[in-house]
Amino acid sequence: MSDETVTVAHGSGAGKTREFIEDRICSRFADAGGDPDLAVGLGALDDGAVHDLGDQSVVVTTDSHVVSPLSFPGGDIGRLAVAGTVNDLAVMGATDPLSLTCSLVVEAGTSLDLLEEILDSMQAACEEAGCAITTGDTKVMGSGEIDGIVINTTGVGVLPRGEHVPDAGLSPGDKLVLSGPVGDHGITLLAEREGFDIDGDLTSDVAPINDIVDAALDTGTVTAMKDPTRGGLATALNEMVRKADIGATVDETAIPVRESVAAAGELLGIDPFDVANEGKVVFGVDAADAEAVVEAIRSTQRGSDAAVIGEVTADNAGRVVLDTGFGRRYLSEPEGEQLPRIC
Amino acid sequence: MTTEVDDLKFRDPEAAEELAADIEAQMARIDEPVEIMHVCGSHEQVIAKFGLRSMLPADLSITMGPGCPVCVTNMPEVDEAVALAEAGKTVATYGDMFRVPGTVKSLADAKSEGASVEVVYSASDAVDLAAENPDEDVVFFATGFETTAAPTAAVLQADPPENFYVLSAHKYVPPAMEVVAEMPDTDVDAFLAAGHAATITGYGLFEEFTDEYDLPVVVGGFEPLDVLYGVRRILEFIEAGESGLDNAYPRGVSREGNVAAMGAIDEVFERTSGEWRGIAEIPEANFVLRDDYAAHSARRQFDVEAVDGAGDPLTEECICGNIMAGTASPKECDLFGEECTPSNPVGACMVSDEGTCKIALEYGGQPDL
Repeated sequence: MSDETVTVAHGSGAGKTREFIEDRICSRFADAGGDPDLAVGLGALDDGAVHDLGDQSVVVTTDSHVVSPLSFPGGDIGRLAVAGTVNDLAVMGATDPLSLTCSLVVEAGTSLDLLEEILDSMQAACEEAGCAITTGDTKVMGSGEIDGIVINTTGVGVLPRGEHVPDAGLSPGDKLVLSGPVGDHGITLLAEREGFDIDGDLTSDVAPINDIVDAALDTGTVTAMKDPTRGGLATALNEMVRKADIGATVDETAIPVRESVAAAGELLGIDPFDVANEGKVVFGVDAADAEAVVEAIRSTQRGSDAAVIGEVTADNAGRVVLDTGFGRRYLSEPEGEQLPRIC
Repeated sequence: MTTEVDDLKFRDPEAAEELAADIEAQMARIDEPVEIMHVCGSHEQVIAKFGLRSMLPADLSITMGPGCPVCVTNMPEVDEAVALAEAGKTVATYGDMFRVPGTVKSLADAKSEGASVEVVYSASDAVDLAAENPDEDVVFFATGFETTAAPTAAVLQADPPENFYVLSAHKYVPPAMEVVAEMPDTDVDAFLAAGHAATITGYGLFEEFTDEYDLPVVVGGFEPLDVLYGVRRILEFIEAGESGLDNAYPRGVSREGNVAAMGAIDEVFERTSGEWRGIAEIPEANFVLRDDYAAHSARRQFDVEAVDGAGDPLTEECICGNIMAGTASPKECDLFGEECTPSNPVGACMVSDEGTCKIALEYGGQPDL
């Protein structure tokens, strides 16, 4: 017995979360390692599981969504719940979602108008992503027993190209491609919580991006994909190089960051690379195809700022080197909850 | 040398390369190792964030000295604040102080056990808190260097509510530079002084220091080019064998500084000798309230009892003191990034955004390229 308890840091998305998930949670479940039809299981810690079923492969993923505030500039928890799961399917290669569940847990006292607004927003996001809610569950908890609304969505999709794309597939020489500016979602929410009123109109990027992934996969050889959600771009890049046991060099001046996000980030003392995105993808792309993939992404609705941001290297295994335009340093993963700097 | 102080644009990598090339040529001519110490967490942040050390020759080292106000706040000072909170006072303090460990616990620990601790953004927020809660004793745990001592002085001069008290842990930087310069195991050849603090004190006060210790001092700003320019200016002094003083941050700092702010500090505080956490007893470096302000002094009005209980045994292994004196780096600490992380800090250097260890962890360090 120990007197340790779960802390907020266990869920913040960085190193401590990884240890928590690997050592305390996944280690307790059998990985179904003997199942020949399970191409990707729990042990891979990827964005979803892949089952090979004869001539088709099915991807399953799940995500519980909590966010404060429930509505924010650019979206709400409903849009987040659909985009989060659709995007996790997409970065496995399942760009055509088959079925989405909606499991609602609502606190007594929640405004019905707000709830309906959130559900309408889920439906609108489903239409954007080309999918539908096909089954669900609803629970109401007492006031104070949970905070507002929690939505779990589970997604099932097939792999239209037969193959899944792992997050661990990078190899030296690959280019790293980013689908658009980073930090929008995290900085917008932190600014909202702090009551910051910044003229640069901060807006969350929450959106389904299965069309962006489709465009990339149709155009070139994609070796790895990840959506940089919790822990941000810094965590996603570090995870990708660590899993592939290779290194990467990233050019900070090539990484798109909106001016308003950069300015708010400086005020809050929070690096836009360290906070969540809800509508972006990082790709590893065969160098020969990189420019074509960037062009293809740019032709999609939300991909106009796509860019090559770096390159995968054989040296510096497990680390991401950031060229700041001045000097170089390692890009580290954020540790613990990102709190605004106070003094 | 083309880039001059008036040309310093924010974040221009080309100008930075030029300055770095100048510095490399200077170091080749000087032809021996040089150690420059800066005394400000904001300098360390900009150096780490932009990877500036990787632009500089290997025999030029830039180390951070005692430049983190949260870090140098002494453990017994934190203990006093914790004891006041546990005795039923409302303790207001800056966010950076909230998780700094005292001997047994931090203010954050006290709060989670039910004490009343509020994070404020400024001294005047703490005064507002007292005005809004007339039935409570509100104690502002006031920390920081000249930059935050001035606003604390200003609210005390402005006739605050009777239930507003100050527990001062404010500190004055210049005497700490003297102590570091006198340490037997320091090899500091020059100081890059902190532009923020100098906006208040003015840079003229370093004249005496450069004369006495025969070391160059250049006051620097906080953009990457400011730092590189300041370093180049220091090397000019070293190359010429001079112990000069210069202001490389003229857009923020004057010779006299903010006379009104310094006047307020002098009127409200006197300077006494005091221990800086992990470093040394430093003469005339602690700001305490003058007798005229005794009615608002938490130390005078309340009995602050000593803290019972044993400290964290890991504290014994923490080398924060050496790190703040510039004689050790975070990498030399066995606890760094292992037992000691920002969410579970052992030493104060891992708590504050101005702390050397926190900055080293946050910006990942410098690759061997």
